[in-house]
Amino acid sequence: MQLTGAQALIKSLEQAGVDVMFGYPGGAILPTYDALLDSSIRHVLVRHEQGGGHMAEGFALATGKPGVLMITSGPGATNAITPIADAYLDSVPLVVITGQVSTSVMGTDAFQEAPIIGITAGIVKHSYLVQSADEIPRVVAAAFYIATTGRPGPVLIDFPKNVSLETMEWYWPSSVEELDLPGYQPEVALDMDAVAAAAELINQAERPILYVGGGTIKSDASKELMAFAERTGMPVVTTLQARGAFPDSHEQHLGMPGMHGTYTAVTAIQQSDLLISLGARFDDRVTGKVSTFAPHAKIIHVDIDPVEFNKIKKVNVAIQSNVATALSALDKTGTKPKNLEVWWKQLNAWREEFPLFYEAQEEGSPLRPQMVIEAINKSSKPGTIVSTDVGQHQMYASQFWKFEEPRTWLSSGGAGTMGFGLPAAMGAKVGAPDTTVWAIVGDGGVVMTIQELLAASAAGINIKVCILNNEFLGMVYQWQQLVYDGRLSHVALPSPDFVKIAEGMHCVGIKATTEAEMHAAIKQANEINDRPVVIDFRTDARENVWPMVHAGASNDDIIVHPSQRGN
Amino acid sequence: MNSHEIIEEVIHTPVRLHILSVKVENKPGVLMRIAGLFTRRGFNIYSLSVAPSELGARFSRVTIVVDAESAPLEQIVGQLNKLINVVEISDLSPKDAVERELLIATVPTHVDVRTPLLDIIATANAAIIDVDSSAVTIMLAGTPSACDDLERELEAFANVELYRTGRVALPRLGTPA
Repeated sequence: MQLTGAQALIKSLEQAGVDVMFGYPGGAILPTYDALLDSSIRHVLVRHEQGGGHMAEGFALATGKPGVLMITSGPGATNAITPIADAYLDSVPLVVITGQVSTSVMGTDAFQEAPIIGITAGIVKHSYLVQSADEIPRVVAAAFYIATTGRPGPVLIDFPKNVSLETMEWYWPSSVEELDLPGYQPEVALDMDAVAAAAELINQAERPILYVGGGTIKSDASKELMAFAERTGMPVVTTLQARGAFPDSHEQHLGMPGMHGTYTAVTAIQQSDLLISLGARFDDRVTGKVSTFAPHAKIIHVDIDPVEFNKIKKVNVAIQSNVATALSALDKTGTKPKNLEVWWKQLNAWREEFPLFYEAQEEGSPLRPQMVIEAINKSSKPGTIVSTDVGQHQMYASQFWKFEEPRTWLSSGGAGTMGFGLPAAMGAKVGAPDTTVWAIVGDGGVVMTIQELLAASAAGINIKVCILNNEFLGMVYQWQQLVYDGRLSHVALPSPDFVKIAEGMHCVGIKATTEAEMHAAIKQANEINDRPVVIDFRTDARENVWPMVHAGASNDDIIVHPSQRGN
Repeated sequence: MNSHEIIEEVIHTPVRLHILSVKVENKPGVLMRIAGLFTRRGFNIYSLSVAPSELGARFSRVTIVVDAESAPLEQIVGQLNKLINVVEISDLSPKDAVERELLIATVPTHVDVRTPLLDIIATANAAIIDVDSSAVTIMLAGTPSACDDLERELEAFANVELYRTGRVALPRLGTPA
């Protein structure tokens, strides 16, 4: 069967299992958009390529399947750099297809030309420049294989216009061997000596912690984690990328570690004698000052990417594996700490003394953002998906939403991208149409990709958007108060009329200023399922995120909520 | 630091250098990916050479001499290994490797320098590969330190144009792999 390059690309996407993609057409990718008309693949027309990239990420994070973005050359491609970088840092499987000018004019500053392979070299897992139509099926199959295996990540396919117009004889690679990847070995055999050594350390431990990272969700290891944690009785902390990997309601869950983690999670790591890292990477937001991080702990590090071993902390036992496989193997050894009674007594005392806390709502004051999140959480069904940007609202959401299931929390962790939350929620909703999806965002970040509300209403992607609007760039405001002696530099954000913006984009817009309006707005939002809903919650700018470990400070110097200090 | 000082330092602290012999797929952009990785992490490349090898048209060999104190070697090797086009990496310590590099230099030959120049060429076992009425071009294929010696000798001459290729290396025979 003879196909054009464009037809071959679309057929290859179908063969790779793609049933939905996000994108925006333009000159160099026109032939491929023409071929798309004859395909069963659903295409969501985004309004900006950055939004499209975050949608593809949200889709991938919620479903576990790779997200696909197709855009044109030049500015189309460069607009997608932020989501590509975001996906790289958070190990999100993404396949990005960029149109490119024809090979005969590449390098001549042709119209809408950008050297996107070079520009993205440091933020992709791999990239391909397709040089002839014959390569297309092999390149597409390899791109999906690379994006989804081993440590997942973004793969870019740069697709010159003339190649999309060539013809080729159709084929589809029938095995991994045909992908021509002699340098790629995503998984290695489990090192049973390392597993035995880890089991021995666990047997000896008196103050162990299961330090659960994003790799636990990426490898769908929640079931294995539950079995192992319950059998061994060890306490669990879940990082920002792992919220939902272990139920917040579980007695053994101490919460999130790190800069704005719970006092108990942070302090337990500091006091631990064994840290069992499961697909986590000792990010600086978790470790604080590395030299004083978990100073008494031996470390078992399970990771699929061996470069993570000893990158930040020297480890005692490294297990190169996906988390699910490693946990099953560890569990089979029957390893178990002898007695954790003293440890749990201490942990429970900390939990009792320093729970997450905020002051009750005061009559006549703007809304407490934490209260808004708890109210939405209480009104939502189990399994509701939450996405966020980066900042105070993100920390409140992570702290006060109770996550019970994996893939219900989508947040920009490594990159910390403002503008991620709204489009990521849309991507999740496309992947899980029967699930309620809330974007919880700040008034700063939401305007960075707010144009996607138009894409949402046009495509019937009926998400709910909670804007915690304190008319400030909240987290920067917090740092300027605490670290820069209250010198406020460019953090005031006079609010637009979010209700009018929502309505102008054919969504429902609601404003909530009082506690009663808050409850009414949430109720109304939950009753609307045929349109996107945006709620502008007017929140209290005086509120700050606690606990807090200052950047570069030791986790021992964690600062709790003002009402919990002193004594 | 000028090149002479760098060479001096290297000669006096040879253990700092590691030779990575990297088998890569012969595809466009491979060198960009390797160079980009070094740039991103601030790893210092001392010399680099890329050429086809016995591996056939599909693969090339990149010989990278790195300053192992600029970053942990484990990280360098690990990051390189993550590049999809990198197939295999051998890490050779200089004492376990035979290394060669090529030096070529064009030296102006007015009358009063011809004799000392010929002496240097003879002593260094270098060869004359091109000549005209005003200059000669010489070459030396030798160990990095022999090339260092010749380069230093040539500093006595004015207006020398000199290039070195960077090292290529293979494991010393009889060394456990």
